Formats: sequence, C-alpha cells, structure tokens
Amino acid sequence: MLEVIIISSIKVLTVVIVVLTCCAYSTLLERKLVAYMQHRLGPIYAGPWGLLQPIADAIKLMFKEDLVPDRVERTLYTLAPILSFVPSLLVFAVVPFSSDFTLFGYDVTGVISDLNIGVLWVFMITGFGVYGVVLAGWSSGSKWSLLGGIRSSAQMISYELSYGLSIVGVILLANTLSMTEIVGQQDSIFSWYIFRQPLGFILFFTCAVAETNRAPFDMAEAESELVGGYHTEYSSMRFASFFVGEYANMLAASAVAATLFLGGWQGPLLPPIVWMMLKVFFGMFIFIWLRGTLPRFRYDQLMNFGWKVLFPLALLNTMVTGLIVMLTNGTN
Amino acid sequence: MSEYLAVLLFAVAGIGIVLITFGISRLLRPHNPYPEKNVTYECAEETVGPSWIQFNNRFYIFALIFVIFDVEAIFLFPWAVAFGQLGLFALVEVTLFLMILFFGLFYAWKKGVLKWV
Repeated sequence: MLEVIIISSIKVLTVVIVVLTCCAYSTLLERKLVAYMQHRLGPIYAGPWGLLQPIADAIKLMFKEDLVPDRVERTLYTLAPILSFVPSLLVFAVVPFSSDFTLFGYDVTGVISDLNIGVLWVFMITGFGVYGVVLAGWSSGSKWSLLGGIRSSAQMISYELSYGLSIVGVILLANTLSMTEIVGQQDSIFSWYIFRQPLGFILFFTCAVAETNRAPFDMAEAESELVGGYHTEYSSMRFASFFVGEYANMLAASAVAATLFLGGWQGPLLPPIVWMMLKVFFGMFIFIWLRGTLPRFRYDQLMNFGWKVLFPLALLNTMVTGLIVMLTNGTN
Repeated sequence: MSEYLAVLLFAVAGIGIVLITFGISRLLRPHNPYPEKNVTYECAEETVGPSWIQFNNRFYIFALIFVIFDVEAIFLFPWAVAFGQLGLFALVEVTLFLMILFFGLFYAWKKGVLKWV
C-alpha cells in the first residue's frame, strides 16, 4: 500500500509539473504563432526566440500588487480563481499519457488513475469550470464582471450539452467509459475513432473551444465590449490563476480529444509519451490557429449555433451511430 | 479503491500548488491600497448604482432547458456502455426518449425561447 502511494505521489508531482510547464510554454507558442500569422515577430528579447518569456511573465505576475476592490464578496472572490484552476488540472488524473512501463524495477501504469468512469469524470470536472467563471463574475461587484460571468456561464452550459453528447458515439463503439481501455482499442491508425466518428470529433472540438472560452467563442472576455469579462477586477496571482487555468483547460481538452479520437499514446516508432505530446500539441495548434483566423461570434449567433446547430447534430450523431452499431453487430 | 486514492492525491497536489504560489506571491508583492485604488472599475468614472444590475431573464430559461437536457445526456451514458448487450429494444426506446426531448426543444424553439433580440 505504501509503495502504491509513493509511486502515485511521484507520478502526480511529475504530471502537475509537466502540465504547468506546458501551460507556460503554450502562452509563448500562442504568442509566436499568432505573431507569425499576422506578420509580426512576437516575443524576441527574453532569451533566444523568446524562450525565457514565460518565466519573465511568471516573475512579473508574482511581484504584482494584489488589488481587492471594496465592493467584492471576499470569500467567493478568493475561491473563484482556485475553482477555475484546480478542475482544469484534475482532468489529467484520468488521461493515459503512456503505456505501462517499468522504472527502477517497479511496474508503473501510464495513467494516474484508471477510473472505470473516466469519461464521466472528465465531464464532471469540466462542469466544475462553470463555477469559477460565474462566481468570479458575481463576486467581483463590478458590472463588467457580472455581465461577462453571466454570459459565459450561459455559453458554457449551452455547449456542455453538445460536448457530452458528442462523446456518446465513441462510447457506443467502445462499450466502456475507461480512458485506458478506449486507448487500448485504437491500436492501429485505422481504428482511431476519428475515422468512425468524424462528425463526433468536429462537434467535440467545436464545443471544447466554446467550453474553454477561446476565440471565436471568447464572449467571456470580449475586450471591446466587456473590458475583461469575469476577471476584470482580478490582478496579480489571482489573475494568473485564471490565465493558467484557461491554458490548462485547452491542454486538457486537447488531451481528451487525443485520447478519445486520435488513439492517445498509440503510434509507431517513437515512444508513447512522445506521441501523446505530439497529439496534444496538434490540438493546441488548432486552438491557436482558430484564434488567429476567425473573428468573434456575436452573442445571439453563438447561442443559436449551440442550440440550433450543434445540439441537434449531436443528437443525430448519437442515434445514427446507435443504429449502425446495431446493424453491424447483428444482435437483436 | 487505490484509483480514487490517486485522484485524491492529485486534487491535494493541485490545491497545494495554488496555495504555495499564492503564498510565495504574498511574501514578494507590495501591499499599498488606498481608497482611489480600491474603487470598482467603471471606465475611470465614479461607479453608478449597485453592481448587481438587472440582466436579461432569458439566461434563466436557458439554464432551465440546460438542466433538462443535461439529465438526458447523463441517461445516455449508461445506455451507450451497455448497448452491446441491450440490442434493438433499447435502441428503439432511447430513440423515443430522444425524440420526445427533441420535440421539447423544437417547441421551445417555435415559442421563441431560443431567440435573442
């Protein structure tokens, strides 16, 4: 038992540190890629190719004064950044990042926790993300924050429906909710679920962009109309917590997409962990690409798109997949 | 059980990281508040009226519709897992279930609930 706890603790610490480093460097990746898409250079002064920029940003945020305006609700105001950051990290608890391996004579599984309800866990934790946004918006005591928080919580719950439903197709094919088993079933590139669930993948990724409040669905922080949205009144580490949470959410969504649709760590030649990283950063690239390409939706267009296009499509996808699985299995 | 223990460890590590970074930042940062600085941001004007203003009541209706359909989605997960053993009867039943809810959405749509003007 002690051995299990020690191995788990080491794995947990490794994953937390790796995820946080990836978050920090995703900010640099985003700034660089968007800069190149707009014919600019992006960060170049802090280190070669701006490689020290994330560290400089972290130090700057650490040294910033933490302003707490008079009108805030103290408890919820303090709680909101934590509620926004911790859930985004917790998704990684069930994401298989490698095959099982042996290290210093100990057998180590390639996942922190192979819950048999892994997929449900992902959606439960994603649902928690709404609390961070709505509490931050409400407790800040600012009109901008309130409007931003209300808007983005409505957006997040609307897209959460299609987010959940887009996965049902994969579960129908996989017959399990365990992430490890789902990866195990995609052992060659032709059995990746993206080929059997193309619509499911597109729906999933679209909803993931909306869930993480990213462009073109970034109503939460539409600078031109809402100043900063729900984090208008936040500064210093509390702001950093929201910021890192957003990137952790993007990484988590990419990791879940890679696991469910792109075969997770499966791949030829390269070690499993490298494949997983490649697939996750492919997802990140799409997130950034979308931001560099598409203009922001108007709010009514966004809600219409969620309820009148994505949701019926997700229902249809579920039913058609059910029918096809039924017909090909030949059970009655 | 050890699977959930690992999740618990992960949650502890996540909360721990936040508290540690907040703690370090607390030691490093300056603390110099004064009344003008602590005023709620409202485009550099004095704040007008209460902060908790009225907002469009459609948000409530969307929340209500969300609850209905989210429960539906939760019902679909166990069905999808056990689908291999359930066969045709379950498919027909779930299709009926989805249809009823879909007509509910359609009704709300036609009633103009989903409209933003």
